[in-house]
Amino acid sequence: MVDERKQIGSGGQAGRGNRQVSPSSAARSLAGPAAAKKPKAAAKKAAPAKRAAAKRPAPKKAVSKSPTATAAKKSAAKKPAAKKTAPKATPTADEPKVQTPQAEQVKRPHLRAVTDDDAAAAAAAAAQEAERRTRSATAPIPAGIPLDDIVAALLGAFQRVMGSDWETRLATLLHTIRKRLSGEYEVDEFGLDPAIVTVLENAIEPIAEKWFRLEVRGVENIPTDGGALLVANHSGTVPIDGLMTGYAVHKHTDRHLRPLGADLVFSLPFVGQIARKMGATLACTEDAERLLTTGELAAVWPEGFKGIGKPFTERYKLQRFGRGGFVSSAMRAQVPIVPVSIVGAEEIYPLVGNVPSLARLLGLPYLPITPFFPLLGPLGMIPLPSKWIIEFGEPIRTDAYEPEAADDPMLLFNVTDQVRETIQQTLYRLLVDRGNAFF
Amino acid sequence: MTGVARRFASKAARHLADLADSGSDRPGGITRVVGVDTVVPDADLGGVKFVRADIRTPVIGKVIAVEDVDTVVHLDVNPPARGRLGGTSTKELNVIGTMQLLAACQRASTVTKLVLGSSTAVYGTSPRDPALFHESMAARGGVRTGFPKDAVEVESYTRGFARRRPDVIITTLRAAQALDVDLEMPLSMYLRNPVLPVVAGYDPRLQFAHVEDLLNVVEQAVTHDRPGTFNVAGDGVLMLSQAARRLGRPIIPLPSLGYASALTRIARAGGSDIPPDLHRLLKYGRAVDTSALREIFGYEPKYSTAEVFEQFRQQVRPGILAGIGER
Repeated sequence: MVDERKQIGSGGQAGRGNRQVSPSSAARSLAGPAAAKKPKAAAKKAAPAKRAAAKRPAPKKAVSKSPTATAAKKSAAKKPAAKKTAPKATPTADEPKVQTPQAEQVKRPHLRAVTDDDAAAAAAAAAQEAERRTRSATAPIPAGIPLDDIVAALLGAFQRVMGSDWETRLATLLHTIRKRLSGEYEVDEFGLDPAIVTVLENAIEPIAEKWFRLEVRGVENIPTDGGALLVANHSGTVPIDGLMTGYAVHKHTDRHLRPLGADLVFSLPFVGQIARKMGATLACTEDAERLLTTGELAAVWPEGFKGIGKPFTERYKLQRFGRGGFVSSAMRAQVPIVPVSIVGAEEIYPLVGNVPSLARLLGLPYLPITPFFPLLGPLGMIPLPSKWIIEFGEPIRTDAYEPEAADDPMLLFNVTDQVRETIQQTLYRLLVDRGNAFF
Repeated sequence: MTGVARRFASKAARHLADLADSGSDRPGGITRVVGVDTVVPDADLGGVKFVRADIRTPVIGKVIAVEDVDTVVHLDVNPPARGRLGGTSTKELNVIGTMQLLAACQRASTVTKLVLGSSTAVYGTSPRDPALFHESMAARGGVRTGFPKDAVEVESYTRGFARRRPDVIITTLRAAQALDVDLEMPLSMYLRNPVLPVVAGYDPRLQFAHVEDLLNVVEQAVTHDRPGTFNVAGDGVLMLSQAARRLGRPIIPLPSLGYASALTRIARAGGSDIPPDLHRLLKYGRAVDTSALREIFGYEPKYSTAEVFEQFRQQVRPGILAGIGER
């Protein structure tokens, strides 16, 4: 090791290489251009130093900004602290070995390269010093921002983001999260979870207002208390119209809409779970009558899959309204029927094709092909931004009939047709009012 | 009373025997309680006279004749449980036992009342279920196998018996699962697992009944004449996810396909046993309407489902996530 050092190392002498071959001037001139490149690197190093230095008191700024060697030297002379941190400037044991070449080089003709070298060293030292300063500024030392100020600033930011009552709001939020995690919340017999409904409403709101530009008419026709059965047309390949109707009802009357869905909804994973928590239940007479007699707002889409899965060419043509079961439920519960006409849902996913064989394999009523769906993949699942109008029509009273009239099929067919015709005529009127579907 | 070796039936038998001790002079009062089972009960039966007899054999007819029985309480319709009998034996006990018992009752002229302890399992569990089952509704699916099928068959035999002996007052009690650490009900065993495997994408609504309510209902059915079929359950529902959170037990969502076998394996690893038909209940859930119990039977359940569950939670060891939410 020692021998190697004798041969290879500089042995504490100036210059590159070993002692046997002292660095020639040619070698130095060769090293010159390389050294000349250094200032650029030094400048780069100085740049962060400058930035860092901006945080320091003013006199130091001027020091670190000065690009020339003389200024750097001056700063080194001015500040012993900077000198100490800079390895090349410190008066340690290594000091002479490093500084002697500088002294020698000063005497040599390649003055430019040497000064640049020196400037780079000084700038690096300044940068290191600045870095050290800024690092220590975050710690609670007297030189940094006081902790109280930081806390005050954070509190101010909270207030600005969450409003003046942020403390109570944050407490409420934490309380809600705690309650959710501990299971300390109530669901009703149907599985309606009010917290989930609120979250969903907030998620739907921008879609309804900004994407679909939803216009709601005739909200005064929704009873503010007591049961009622909302009957709507169904369309759009995916039952988004149900979500939108629920949103519109809750926004304008602050009542929860209880959608009655097909059994397929409840057999699908995740979909069925969310539907139950939203307050949906199976479209069967028992559930409908239970909801209506307990004074809830129930909604049915009697067209079912025939309506939602009809081709785009048949848009806004109402299909058969089931078997009129909804009328008998409303009559037994003696609640009014509110016809609801939804315009806009037909255009969100124009159904241009169907794959019946694959649908049968998957156990679905239809497998939609829209102009974008399988073609663009997941992008095709974004609904088209059609303009929506939901109109709640004048309620059709059923309390004029006896509850036993629910067993009279002819009466049921007549009332069903009346509801259907009302919705169909309203649809035509709304279509004229809306004009273009998208603009 | 049949099936007294089981925990709930022995409790009910003791409850009735205590009543017999306290006030046998009341009209419709109980003078004597005779308990029947194939095995000797491990619990103390108190004032109950135990007769070891197999209800699957005609011996039961002799017991009824010898003991001069006027009221038969048939509580031996149970889901299969480990350490007692296997699946086929349970089925035999449930269905053949009921047939033999009903045949014996038909012969015995002394029998004037039959109380059948059935289960809400007769409604099955399927996505086509209404939110709440009324007594007049039939199952829409999910009663093809296991205990639900047993319960449906037992009830149909009982209806046949009712046609043949119209003078006998028949009360069928369709009880939701009781939640108590003493009782080996499938759901309570499931909820005692350290982790709860659930079906991904499904959150069933569950309903529980309190043991005290069940005992009171059996007592009223015995002491009063309450013909008909009645659901017995605590008010309200509890979602499975909610129940798991309240217990502080983590849930493991598993795909629907292969869930049943995974559930059984995890339960075995945890040291408990799960009957094979529970997985359907844990997928779609079930809730029943108890208005007939209030209005016709005349009994107001003391405990809601949430209260039953809260008592159960205090009985069992807290789950590993119980620290969350300061519980």
